[in-house]
Amino acid sequence: MTQLKRTPLYNEHLKLGAKIVEFGGFEMPVQYKGIIEEHNTVRKFAGLFDVSHMGEIEITGPGAKEFIQKLITNNIEKIEPGKIIYSPICYENGGTVDDLLIYCFDWEHFWMVVNASNTEKDWQWIVRHKENEDVQLKNISDDIGQLALQGPRSQEILQLLTPLDLSSIKYYRFQEGEVAGCHCIISRTGYTGEDGFELYTKSNDVITLWQQLLTSGEKFGLAPIGLGARDTLRFEAGLPLYGHELSPEITPLEAGLGIFVDLKSGKEFIGRDVLLRQKEEGLKRKKVGLEMIERGIPREGYQVYKGEREIGFVTSGSFCPTLGKNLAMALIEIGEAQIDNEVSVMIRNRPCKAMVTKIPFYSTK
Amino acid sequence: MYPKNLKYTKEHEWVDLETKKVGITYFAQESLGDVVFVELPEIGTELEVGDTIGVVESVKAVSDIYAPVSGKVVAVNEELLDSPELINQDPYGKGWIIEMEITGGEDELLDAAEYQKLVEEEK
Repeated sequence: MTQLKRTPLYNEHLKLGAKIVEFGGFEMPVQYKGIIEEHNTVRKFAGLFDVSHMGEIEITGPGAKEFIQKLITNNIEKIEPGKIIYSPICYENGGTVDDLLIYCFDWEHFWMVVNASNTEKDWQWIVRHKENEDVQLKNISDDIGQLALQGPRSQEILQLLTPLDLSSIKYYRFQEGEVAGCHCIISRTGYTGEDGFELYTKSNDVITLWQQLLTSGEKFGLAPIGLGARDTLRFEAGLPLYGHELSPEITPLEAGLGIFVDLKSGKEFIGRDVLLRQKEEGLKRKKVGLEMIERGIPREGYQVYKGEREIGFVTSGSFCPTLGKNLAMALIEIGEAQIDNEVSVMIRNRPCKAMVTKIPFYSTK
Repeated sequence: MYPKNLKYTKEHEWVDLETKKVGITYFAQESLGDVVFVELPEIGTELEVGDTIGVVESVKAVSDIYAPVSGKVVAVNEELLDSPELINQDPYGKGWIIEMEITGGEDELLDAAEYQKLVEEEK
């Protein structure tokens, strides 16, 4: 087993009384005060997350844009300098390598921000598909720290520490500037279903940034948030998590990410043929939401039944603090995917009634 | 954190030999985190030491609860069905899980000092 990594904030987490767990090859805080309290803090006020474990891959050169298009299922033409797009990347068979964000600094300078657990795999995959010298690749994951500031009070908190006018940064856009004296990429993105920002800075600066944000955000109710609440927040917001809703065995179409798979423009990308066929022939299974009718918490891997017939499995499931309900995302046969369809989730060898419901479970809109 | 009047198991249950109530320890609820679901046995269930009594689930974890002694379930804490957080808030009081008619198995239990030592080792 390889040595677990730590982010620059590891000691800060210990000082704050965090419970530490392994995640994506890192020792990360799963909670400080408690998952439910932290979850509610983000929905009501704001929360600060250490997400420095995420990977960053820099892609530069005159061929960068075309190269990225070859890898991603989304259309690179949607991007422009200062803009971000979300996209899955696929294997030839349509299974998912990862889902990631692409940042465009200029037409010859991009970042891919990838899941921590996939950084090495993605890096190998990307390097393998580099064909010529007009593209340069660099894995800068260890040099970059990342914080996520999420929740309705995020802008007010961040505005105290930066001269940039944050109201001018729209959703899925970014600017570079100073925050608490640290040079940052300030990105209006997140993984909680709330408004907020993700800040990238040099690893050396991330401790200063973390401490300054926590201090100035305190009066707004800002608190540090662990990965436990990060998961319940993203789950309520219906956002996929690689290894759960997406995997080498699950295509982005099955995961309900069709709007991020561009099959119309005719642009070629790895996996396109299989995904196009899957779309034309019709999906056999689909991601749905499930709400428990009977008592019980659906968990990842639990089987879903219609009567005596197994129709799929739970990809993520949890008690949802904001909604007070036990919910799941599940991959089930398309013929059973209609809203309000009554199915059952096998919990400890007992079928428990559940109902197909829409995703997201929670939305600020 | 570990009252002297209670007895304990290596699996982090407690039993009060006076009131015959059973629950999970401070350490157990702390390790689990926010408890959000409890599954209770039926009254009248006959249990041997180590049999599964029920299930406690936190946001992240699912954990079986085991019978610390042998005997029969004579009462269950139905308040936990709507307020599972009582297990976090008051693990030795309002967070009790079942009450038993004890028929044996008390000899294997740990006292508070022995249990505390075990917990220190697990930390």
